[in-house]
Amino acid sequence: MIDRRTFILASTVAAGGALLSLYVDAPVQAQQQPPAAPPLPPDAFVRIQPDGTIVIQVNRLEFGQGVHTSLPMLLADEMDADWSHVKAELAPAAAVYNDPFYQMMETGASVSIAHEFQPYRELGAKTRAMLIATAATRWNVSPDTCRTSNSVVRGPNNQSARYADLVADLARQPVPQNVRLKAPSEFTLIGKRTRRMDSRPKCDGSQAFGLDFYAAGLKVAVVAHPPVFGGRVKAFDEGAARTTTERVDIFEIPLVNGTGVAVVADRFWTAKQARDRLKIDWDVSNVEHPDTVDLRAKYNSLARTEGLIALNRGDLAAMDRVPVSNRLVAEFDFPYLAHAPMEPLNATVRVDGDRAEAWVPSQLPTIDQAAIAEALGIKPEQVAFHTLFAGGGFGRRGPLDAHIVRETVAIAKRYPGTPVKLVWTREDDVRGGHYRPMCAHRVQIGIGPDGMPLAWNHVVVAQSLFEGTIAAAFELHDGIDETVIEGTADTGYAIPNIRVSAHQPKVNVPVLDFRSVGNTHGAFVMETLIDELAARAHADPIAFRRTLLSPEAKKRRRVLDLMDEKSATWRNALPTGHALGIAVHECFGTAVGLAVEVSVAEGRPRIHRATAAIDLGTAVNPLTIEAQVQGGLAFGVLQLMGKGAITLKDGQVEQRNFHDFTPPYMRDTPVAVDVHIVPSTEPPTGCGEPPVPVIAPAVANALSRLTGKRYRSLPLVSL
Amino acid sequence: MATYTITVNGQNRSVAVDPDTPLLWVLREELRLTGTKYGCGVAACGACTVLAGGIPTRSCVLPISLVGAREVTTIEAMAHDAVGRVVQDAWVATDVVQCGYCQSGQIITAVALLKRVNNPDDTAIEQGMGANLCRCGTYVRIRQAIKTAAQQLQQGRTR
Repeated sequence: MIDRRTFILASTVAAGGALLSLYVDAPVQAQQQPPAAPPLPPDAFVRIQPDGTIVIQVNRLEFGQGVHTSLPMLLADEMDADWSHVKAELAPAAAVYNDPFYQMMETGASVSIAHEFQPYRELGAKTRAMLIATAATRWNVSPDTCRTSNSVVRGPNNQSARYADLVADLARQPVPQNVRLKAPSEFTLIGKRTRRMDSRPKCDGSQAFGLDFYAAGLKVAVVAHPPVFGGRVKAFDEGAARTTTERVDIFEIPLVNGTGVAVVADRFWTAKQARDRLKIDWDVSNVEHPDTVDLRAKYNSLARTEGLIALNRGDLAAMDRVPVSNRLVAEFDFPYLAHAPMEPLNATVRVDGDRAEAWVPSQLPTIDQAAIAEALGIKPEQVAFHTLFAGGGFGRRGPLDAHIVRETVAIAKRYPGTPVKLVWTREDDVRGGHYRPMCAHRVQIGIGPDGMPLAWNHVVVAQSLFEGTIAAAFELHDGIDETVIEGTADTGYAIPNIRVSAHQPKVNVPVLDFRSVGNTHGAFVMETLIDELAARAHADPIAFRRTLLSPEAKKRRRVLDLMDEKSATWRNALPTGHALGIAVHECFGTAVGLAVEVSVAEGRPRIHRATAAIDLGTAVNPLTIEAQVQGGLAFGVLQLMGKGAITLKDGQVEQRNFHDFTPPYMRDTPVAVDVHIVPSTEPPTGCGEPPVPVIAPAVANALSRLTGKRYRSLPLVSL
Repeated sequence: MATYTITVNGQNRSVAVDPDTPLLWVLREELRLTGTKYGCGVAACGACTVLAGGIPTRSCVLPISLVGAREVTTIEAMAHDAVGRVVQDAWVATDVVQCGYCQSGQIITAVALLKRVNNPDDTAIEQGMGANLCRCGTYVRIRQAIKTAAQQLQQGRTR
């Protein structure tokens, strides 16, 4: 089973960068190898100011995960910079800030630390070497005799120079090609619990997010979108919308999918009020009207037939030798889910002749920049693109169709020289598609005489995220979208005879990566079923998993052991009415093991406690890792919420806002979470997504112990 | 359009807007106090919470015409509030924030809670903070930070 990240890397090289062709003048020929990337110039990433401040460029979006602190930690550690004087900035869109594997700027797939661990450290080490060389030249000593710490170079004869005092001559130094990186024992920042640099501004209101961008003369736009995806404006009556005394512009614009009506004013409230009063006659006759009830029936029936085979190990004929009484058939349903980041979607664009400037909280700056350029018929480098802090994202700020910036530029080009800010209201966001796909699983299991699964026939039904997109070449493998079968086809359980196949129906609902993607449902199915088998065998759920995990599933074994050890005390002293739930899962190269203590209160699961163990290789910032695990678990609780579903009726989304699509509040999430990191010097792997998938199955497993029922349909409307 | 004079962070401010304009958009677009956030517009998430007459209030559903003489305090003034400063410091010490978008509302709500209840336990914290949404899931650390702030405030009182 080829891992998705490896696959992308391999195919990027093989395909010569189809993504690149989207935004460079001369597309690289298909057979041609992309040129070896030139070494990154340190001065694009590090700026030493006269007052000693060291400003480090962050080539990712900061949207909560903490890269604004942890990437500078990597560079500053190797540079021996004085951390108390380090500042971070989000880098503008430029090729030098591309992800080294994806060859574009992106924040997703939990790769920021994994992909930048080497480059950022090298940048720091090169800068340090240049500072030493500068000082050594000045003092006429050998660089080998110089030492550095806290932004100071010290020479062999008690000479010392602050980094800031060496800057003037720094540019004369050649950038060294090879530098020695620190051994883990030499780290001064990496591995230390380090507080975020953006805490204070986020506590005093001074941190500006995308929606907080204002400039002189700025106009605010909202858009009326079709009630069914792909619908078009037939006619609109703006009479009622013009009751306000303020100037309001109303006009039709093309959307990525269909058309809409833009309403532009000097103020958000004016624009929104006018939009709400607009009367629009929509043409939705030529678009499919998806309906959740029909889709579920269709998916469940598809799940009874074999799809495209993603994994075929052993011989499924083993199923026939299992007595019927030892066979289990389980059918699962999962709804569409909206990401609903706290900051509603937005973008600001100013078009000025053959140039444009954009301010966007974006997970895909390169793609967004290219989309703006394409819409204006100019080159990407004529679009100055600033990535702004985002109030969450979880995948929602990285749609490949770039529909947010495309909408913005369709409006902004009517206002040359004027910045136009598009605001999606919360209702637009909840109803706007680009969801975690709805899906169904059907699993037939033949249980062996030892209680372990002997044969496993698994069918997944879900829309592909990438079919028909510019990323299809990377993300589809023999027609199968990895995001459909992840969490199942890559199972770490040593099931001797297993087949996983996939159906990828096309539905008129836009879908998108959602924090931990297919693992949200794949892990739920696997971990609740394994737990069910353990219960059937009257086995301890941890011991059962340990027996069944393959020897190669090293990270999963390590987190299971650590979680076992750290939860033992409370697990063995559960109050009456409380039950234990276990889950373990690996994705994005990182394994998480979880134990939860659950009771039922007022018909809802009450999660009293969670003990989590995580193995992500080298832990760069344990304080952030702990936060990502705590937050990821809370995020994963969405799947258990009674109103945690997007549904459609006759083509229209039935939910509007947080009152009917309700993410978890404080009382819905674990009261206490202790996080334990497996000590490791292996290369770092993902952290943002891996904690998400384990909580829903762990809680469902605990509920099963309390109620005797099995939970196969989400959301958990009733227990 | 009409002109309204309201008291925000101790200052009288006059604005000319439609009477139904929510206080949130007056703060953000007229006064450029952008620390108060738009999250849902229907009082369901708490990102827009300000103190109005000392009471935590959803500014996204309070029309400017109904603010009246109530003194409005936003996150930008919290550092000048005795409890506000302690809560902000506890938030920073606990490394509560992730994306940070909801935290203005969380901090304002926590300040109001701590002015009402000296030493809130988990149940009191849930009641006080229960209607504020955080999609990053910083809830565990919010609980911790409120307990830390309560302790520090209590020490300050006994000193």
